Amino acid sequence: MLLAIAWRNIWRSRTRSLVILIAITLGLASGIFYMAFYKGMLDQRINSAIKTEASHIQIHHAKYLTNPDKKFVITSTDSVVQAIRAEENVKAVSSRLIVNTMIQSPTTGSGVKVTGIDPTMEAQVTNLHSKLIDGSYFEEDRRNPIIIGEKLAEKLKVKLKSKLVITVQDMAGNITGAAFKVVGIYETSNTSFDEKNVFVRQTDLSRLLAIGENTSHEIAVLLTQNEQLNPVARKLRSELSNLSVKTWREIMPEVSLLESSFGLTMYIFIGIILLALLFGIVNTMLMAVLERTKELGMLMAIGMNRVRVFAMIMLETVMLSLFGGLCGIILGWLLNLYFGATGIDLGAWSAAYKSMGFDTLVYTRLSWSISLQVAIMVMVTGIIASIYPALKALRLKPGEAIRIDM
Amino acid sequence: MNVIEVKQLKKIYNTTEVKVNALNGVDLTFEQGEFAAIVGPSGSGKTTLLNMLGGLDEPTEGEIRIGGTNILELSSSKLIDFRLRNIGFVFQAYNLIPVLTALENVEFIMQLQEVPKKERQQRAIALLEQVGLGDRTNSRPSKLSGGQQQRVAVARALASKPKFVLADEPTANLDSKSTANLLDIMEELNRKENITFVFSTHDQRVVNKARRVITLEDGQIISDLKKE
Repeated sequence: MLLAIAWRNIWRSRTRSLVILIAITLGLASGIFYMAFYKGMLDQRINSAIKTEASHIQIHHAKYLTNPDKKFVITSTDSVVQAIRAEENVKAVSSRLIVNTMIQSPTTGSGVKVTGIDPTMEAQVTNLHSKLIDGSYFEEDRRNPIIIGEKLAEKLKVKLKSKLVITVQDMAGNITGAAFKVVGIYETSNTSFDEKNVFVRQTDLSRLLAIGENTSHEIAVLLTQNEQLNPVARKLRSELSNLSVKTWREIMPEVSLLESSFGLTMYIFIGIILLALLFGIVNTMLMAVLERTKELGMLMAIGMNRVRVFAMIMLETVMLSLFGGLCGIILGWLLNLYFGATGIDLGAWSAAYKSMGFDTLVYTRLSWSISLQVAIMVMVTGIIASIYPALKALRLKPGEAIRIDM
Repeated sequence: MNVIEVKQLKKIYNTTEVKVNALNGVDLTFEQGEFAAIVGPSGSGKTTLLNMLGGLDEPTEGEIRIGGTNILELSSSKLIDFRLRNIGFVFQAYNLIPVLTALENVEFIMQLQEVPKKERQQRAIALLEQVGLGDRTNSRPSKLSGGQQQRVAVARALASKPKFVLADEPTANLDSKSTANLLDIMEELNRKENITFVFSTHDQRVVNKARRVITLEDGQIISDLKKE
């Protein structure tokens, strides 16, 4: 019956309860929506980091990452690739040649990372082919094609079919160079990446560097799912002990930091909202207790003990908070579902977001487990909010409380 | 057998600058089955005495025994439980729980006593029928007249099977018809079931019905008359 009393008491002062319920609903809905927005943005960033930039795991010569010199190559690349492919949960593998050098257009030049790829293997690992906004993905069997980012194309003032000259020092130390023809221009959500990365055929770069066959600087590995990252990395580390095996979290620590700090950031954010709501709930419940002084006095007089009085006020507060909280979670979810389908266009701030690698069309995302955690936080808030009003009720002296004129 | 025994009860209020002797050495006993009224002018100590008898306030001096138990020796939580099992209350302003129906109000006290659901429902219905409200079991207090609400309060007071019922000015807010009706019901319960009723009242109609009238003045009993 305490549950029934608590629930009915909430609706005794409809307006007052509705005001606090609306406050809780809107507060939590906006909190949850913001979480969904931030999670969507973060997931897209991670997805882009994996699919476009780093893949899940990268394998290099043991010294390459500390000193990315072209001499630190992976020899017997084919057998390493075969060994990796044999692993469970490995979806695709692509070996790459990499050189950091200058690229020249007829008007200007820029420092870039030239990646020599096998277009077929690479298309299975990264989504570069789907990011083309002009031209094609190494379709024509022409010599020295190059795909560059839009940002670099702007900087070098070149377009499709323009010629660019790459100058490198080959493996023997000779300065050499070759002209490449722009066959494709890509655009990812990361303008810094677009400005610094160009892609050529591995065979063309191999010839230019005069590097031996069956060698590479980097082997990129795509897994069937991100959850397998650590087990597969551990296995590869033990099998390829003479090589460096790094996960995307190690290669892109800034993205990993965003991922790992998401939970804490969100809890702090929701915590601040709930703290503000806590005072509103306390105020509402204090008013409810003061209004019912006489009734509470009567209940204590007829024999309702302190535990039950405390429980009744607590139940009422928790029910009020939880009801508002559930409405907030549902509203937050509806917003999440809507914007998860249509996306939120951050076009006005696109330059800033893209320079940090974030998509400007954000699709909100939220997991049920987070909603459940928020619901638990709301319940805890309700319990905390009930303590002061309940203590106030317990301090009443029944003999006096019964005679108070309300 | 004495249901209530009060010895040398004193209550001094120090809350104002002037000390107030609300009760000044009251000796009193009530036997099982009494139908007694405590009367006296305002400030004579009626309510203070009733609060003491009900364990709602502590005396400055003296002893209160209910069914042989010295209630002043009970801890506050044991006293609450003692009230629940031994004393029925009827208040001037009815004081029902507004969000519960008449039936639920009567049932509530039995739920506090942890009486099984079926048993408490049957007893609550029987009690409401006894006070003439068998057809209003599902009405909330706001849908009942003052007299009807006070009858629910009487049913509630009896639901816990108390040793006695304390009624503080039970007819103060009722019209004469409701008062007569309520008094008849309480008298009938008293006679048929030997339930002890102690009233504090200003109401001459209550005084006329009572078989014992205790008059207080300045915190002292000035007369204690038993009618035959």
